[in-house]
Amino acid sequence: MNTTNSISNQKLKWRVFNDKLFSIVMMTLAFISAVPLLSILYQLVKKGYKQVRLSFFIEVAPDTMQAMMAKANHEIIPGGIANGIVGTLIIVGMASLIAIPLGLLTGVYLSESSKGKMANIVRFVVDMLQGVPSIVLGVIAYIWVVKPLTSGFSALAGSVALSIMMLPSIIRSTEETLKMIPPTLKEAALSLGVPYYKTILKVLLPTGMSGISTGIILGISRIAGETAPLMLTALGSSAINLDITQPSSAIPLLVWEFYNDPNLVNLIWGASLVLLLIIFLLNIVAKTISKKWKVQY
Amino acid sequence: MESTVLNKTDDRIIQIESPLLSIDRLSVSYGGNKFSITDVSAGIQKNKITAIMGPSGCGKSTLLRAINRMHELYPETHHKGSISLGGEDIYKINPIELRRKIGMVFQRPNPFPTMSIYDNVIAAYILNGIKLKRSEKDEIVERSLREVGLWDETKDALHKKGTFLSGGQQQRLCIARALAYTPEVILLDEPTSALDPIATAKIEDLLVKLKKDYTIILVTHNMGQAARISDHSMFMYLGELVEYGRTKNMFTTPKDERTEAYLTGKFG
Repeated sequence: MNTTNSISNQKLKWRVFNDKLFSIVMMTLAFISAVPLLSILYQLVKKGYKQVRLSFFIEVAPDTMQAMMAKANHEIIPGGIANGIVGTLIIVGMASLIAIPLGLLTGVYLSESSKGKMANIVRFVVDMLQGVPSIVLGVIAYIWVVKPLTSGFSALAGSVALSIMMLPSIIRSTEETLKMIPPTLKEAALSLGVPYYKTILKVLLPTGMSGISTGIILGISRIAGETAPLMLTALGSSAINLDITQPSSAIPLLVWEFYNDPNLVNLIWGASLVLLLIIFLLNIVAKTISKKWKVQY
Repeated sequence: MESTVLNKTDDRIIQIESPLLSIDRLSVSYGGNKFSITDVSAGIQKNKITAIMGPSGCGKSTLLRAINRMHELYPETHHKGSISLGGEDIYKINPIELRRKIGMVFQRPNPFPTMSIYDNVIAAYILNGIKLKRSEKDEIVERSLREVGLWDETKDALHKKGTFLSGGQQQRLCIARALAYTPEVILLDEPTSALDPIATAKIEDLLVKLKKDYTIILVTHNMGQAARISDHSMFMYLGELVEYGRTKNMFTTPKDERTEAYLTGKFG
């Protein structure tokens, strides 16, 4: 009887070995998945750090002649990506202004009437929207905004395209966050004679602030690097442009432009580095907020 | 007055003279033809503690929630019969208005987690956008916290989050929040079921003290609690109000055999 329960020494060794093997395989795979990011960062820093000076942030992109001259003299290419930075700030900022209220309210609606037929349709559409290729959203914004509204390529059209891209992330994070809030909190507010809309605005949304703002920031970081839809909408501009009805540059658009110009191609490293750092920063902010603002029920 | 409880003439239901609240042949359904409570008639006496007892699913919470119309949160609810508060039909008052007259405390303490203790007490004013002077706020906070015996424990920490308090303190904070609006009636839905015995005892003492200023209706799973603090008791079973009487009488000489079976622990 005893033999069935006790494990022979040999078997035990085999098991311990398997255990270790499994841990090692896991760690190796985890490391491998981190390699691309680390090597990208390494490449960008190595090749781009010289470019990233103060002038890189306050001067507009050089033209191909200036770059050619500098290269001939073995100097660093002059100019910077200020037009791209300003353009990205404006386009992404406007996209957020459009998407945040819309996304918040849709998320509230989905969490409040979670079983309704309409809610199911909306939820399905939002999920579909998440899978729509970004270039298609660019086409849509071209048809909606570029042609009828601004009669030409414009920052506004870019914002519309990006705002649609942001929506799913905001809607879903709002919905999921609000669903996590215990229903008794809503009851508490309603039982104090607080009207329904104020209960949503003043109790549920502030309580879910941490999760909701994390979703918003991740949505922003997702669109900040988008290029394809902007090619069809914002187009690009060699100067800093504050008029939203006019074409505008953006950092990812500049990377694309630099890539296409043999004289400017060295600038893609610096521009990519700045873009990546912005997105990193947004992610860190999102993480911090979700930790710091976390509400304890 | 039609609203006085005269529909059931049997002696299992006590007749309350000039009740503050009178429930008249009330049936409530959460949708369809299935009613969670059927044909309940009872008067609630002012400045008394009325306990509602019964096994799970007997409709005691539904009855309680019908009184401040919280059951209407479920979209398909409908009801028959009526409830009146001081002679006024509550289904003709806007629920927002009504809930300011009838405060409620829930099973689990639920202070607003984003608010300080101070703000939690005056949450009804803050959330309803009622502007108060600083001195008025201070006065309400102090009065309400004193009423629930939480003032001495929290007066130096009023600006800490309400969720830092212990469970029993949180529940007293929730009672203070309900009192801040000076309601006429306070409904409590098993307010001590999530608390330890010491915190429970404190809440029970508190409720006995509060009844001189408020009318209290208490749903409880705990027969001992009903026996200790209530003046009147209702026993509900399968959606029906089986027996309603003075607590002393009901616990000593129940008139219905189902009440007796429940009180002697034969089911529950």
